[in-house]
Amino acid sequence: MRLAGRFGGAALSLVMVAVLGFFLFRVVPGDPVVSMTRGRPTTAAMQAELRAQFGLDRPLPEQFWNYFTSLLQGDLGTSFTFRRPVADVILERLGPTLLLVGTATLIAVGLGLWLGVRAAWRRDSGFDRVTTGVSLTLWAVPTFWLGMLLMMVTGDLFPSRGMRDTDTAPDFVSQALDVGHHLVLPSVTLVAVVCAEYMLVMRSSLLEEMHAPYLTTARAKGLRDDVVRRRHAVPNAVLPAITLVFLRFGLVVAGAITTETVFSWPGLGLLFYDALTGPDYLLLQGLLVVTAGAVVVMNLLADLLHGVLDPRVKVV
Amino acid sequence: MILKVAIVQQIDSMNPFLAVFQSSTEIGRLMYDYLTAYTAADQTVTEGLANKWEPSPDKLTWTFTVPEGKKWSDGEPITARDVAFTYNLMLSDSVARTANGSFVTNFQDVTAPDDRTVVIRTKTPQVTMLALDVPIVPKHVWEKVSGIKDYANDQMPVVGSGPFVLTEHVAGQFIKLKANKNYWRGAAKFDELHFVYFQNSDAAVQALGKGEVDLVNRMAPAQFDSLDGKAGVTRNKAQGRRFTELMINPGAQTRTGEPIGDGNPALKDVRVRRAIAQAVDLDALVQRVNLGYAEKGSGLVPPVFGKWHWQPTEQEQRRFDPAAANAALDAAGFPRKADGTRFPLRLIGRAGRAYDEQASEYLKRSMGEIGIPLDVRLVSDNQLNEATTAATYDLAFSGWATNIDPDFILSLHTCAQRPGADGKGGTTDAYFCDETYDKLYAQQLSEFDEGKRVEIVKQMQARFYDQVPAVILSYENALEGYRSDHFATFTTQPAQGGVIMAQNGMWGYYGAEPAGRAVQAQGSRWVGLALGGAVIAVLVAVVVVMARRRNATAGERE
Repeated sequence: MRLAGRFGGAALSLVMVAVLGFFLFRVVPGDPVVSMTRGRPTTAAMQAELRAQFGLDRPLPEQFWNYFTSLLQGDLGTSFTFRRPVADVILERLGPTLLLVGTATLIAVGLGLWLGVRAAWRRDSGFDRVTTGVSLTLWAVPTFWLGMLLMMVTGDLFPSRGMRDTDTAPDFVSQALDVGHHLVLPSVTLVAVVCAEYMLVMRSSLLEEMHAPYLTTARAKGLRDDVVRRRHAVPNAVLPAITLVFLRFGLVVAGAITTETVFSWPGLGLLFYDALTGPDYLLLQGLLVVTAGAVVVMNLLADLLHGVLDPRVKVV
Repeated sequence: MILKVAIVQQIDSMNPFLAVFQSSTEIGRLMYDYLTAYTAADQTVTEGLANKWEPSPDKLTWTFTVPEGKKWSDGEPITARDVAFTYNLMLSDSVARTANGSFVTNFQDVTAPDDRTVVIRTKTPQVTMLALDVPIVPKHVWEKVSGIKDYANDQMPVVGSGPFVLTEHVAGQFIKLKANKNYWRGAAKFDELHFVYFQNSDAAVQALGKGEVDLVNRMAPAQFDSLDGKAGVTRNKAQGRRFTELMINPGAQTRTGEPIGDGNPALKDVRVRRAIAQAVDLDALVQRVNLGYAEKGSGLVPPVFGKWHWQPTEQEQRRFDPAAANAALDAAGFPRKADGTRFPLRLIGRAGRAYDEQASEYLKRSMGEIGIPLDVRLVSDNQLNEATTAATYDLAFSGWATNIDPDFILSLHTCAQRPGADGKGGTTDAYFCDETYDKLYAQQLSEFDEGKRVEIVKQMQARFYDQVPAVILSYENALEGYRSDHFATFTTQPAQGGVIMAQNGMWGYYGAEPAGRAVQAQGSRWVGLALGGAVIAVLVAVVVVMARRRNATAGERE
């Protein structure tokens, strides 16, 4: 029953998001037709033509009805800016975003959790102070600035934009190497900025477990410190971190607007930015539905997984 | 040899009937020739697809000749029928008028009596018949297109008549074109032209420094200065086609005379507008805000367009003089109040645009000196557009790029451009509406003697300057940079101090000449590639080692 409730709740949130998105973005200032045609010889008739093509000449309730009924049929509409179906435009950008943000999140989670465990285990040691200090600093640094700085100090070792060069050989190995080459700077930037979050959560939740009686028992059994940490302390302390990781995985799809902008990475974050400058209503709505959908699904997964990882949390 | 160009604006469509973004139009110029063109050297009208043209004595019928021998990129001959097909498509299908409809509104009909002759009849005499910025498409390809609205024009390679052929377009990443071997002026001197997309102009400038791209434009003064003395990079400080203006709400009204917006009523008084203009030190703005990379503003047409540009005479000139401005405001019936101010005004500009940020601070001081406290609001591009469209501003920053033929920029200030009663459908720039100006506008549009037309256009600019619905602040230089170790020269338009990119033509790219021995930075690139590989390898190794260690120690447990 409760499981069905969870699913129902998730579905309801998605519908709410779709409805909210429609009205939310209409409040964004600006007229897409005016901003698109600015600077060109444009007549009032041409503006009216564009409005009609985009369906912006219909009353708002009608626009909403059209949007909602097509959404139920899986049609997200046509982007004003790119003049292609929104679903196609989003799908095309999904891969690059998953690659960049996925890679960076995996590295950041691994590195962050590992550093967090080490730092907590040897609390107040030099290692703890240095890692906590460095990661907090990086977390506080503006992403934009860090990205530009990395681009500058690495000179011409790494490319400054995009996912691949235009003149790379078409074979798979060259292309893969080229993408890897382009991936380095943006993912390093992203890892540096988000790593601290995982590290700090892991560190503090492990610190809470440090003086638990079961650890004394484990030590009394003669276990090596390393084993006490790995087999006993960490499994109990990892739950908050897992929640966080899943929330973050949900947000992977939303891309990393700043990082993608700095490095012109052709992902969803960059698309969001472009859509806002329109404002490209249908594209914005589509992006909101897709990214919110990912968060809802990941939340649901985190809920379910908690039950598996921690028998005390009963889902069903 | 590849020419790589950085672009910072998205591409909306490769369909020339739909593409409205500047970047798309620029690439469209490379793919399709127009009926006529402008020379690179002095921006005069020259051969496009047509090499001869003749208006009838009543100026209502134009006959263009499309000479034999020009070919589409697929080898088919270019004929008058292609031209007639393109214009007729626009006349019959409103979707096909999306991007360039303004050029055909005055067309009566277009016919091609034979393969060489195009006859265009207009409703009224139209002087801009040699300035039709309409890409001509191949009939044999486009007559098979069923719906213009959904046609992406991505059947690679895209058949065209321009110096380059579109071969690949990856949205948000890059666009590739190849030199058109059939181009009637002769093929370009290099093989491929790639446009790579940058979201971030700082990164584009860095990429130029590293040799990742060969050509970058629209740099900010600071970015331009940062490339000074950089090995392998040559900078081009060109006379720009853009101007920046300070709009002064002259009491905005709709086409039907209804007031619209909430401009301060004091600004309806032309004496007040003149006083404001007089209190702004244009020289200081050019020096301090444009860092010298601009020319002081005067008329609506920038000096790069030579004969069309207007400069005030000694008597007309409004000199920077705060004392005179104060006296004028007193005389206009706006005395200073007890606190020393006259009336407050709002200034709206764009957040994140360096010019607006700095110039607004400067204007705050200038206006303060004449007793006008300024409330500065810097907002997003969209908000700024919304405020200027709805006339909810007192003062606002704006700017325009202009064309060789001044008709468009002049038309923006006619009464008819104001919005209808519902506040929609307006394309006015500054809500200017002036009988004298409108009369002159109509005159110049049917004045076929160029000398006389130039005179009328200058009178219009003088009238605009005198009535001040906006102060033209400056004509910015176009700041460009290129890799001179890869490409020795580019054709600029005009030849003296002209631009490479964003021309009224395709000369900049088409005329690029590769440097004698091009040293593309392949060496360092391989180092980078190897490094990329190494980083990936290390990452994999770390994961593997950690996993194995895990297993190994797991075996040692109690």
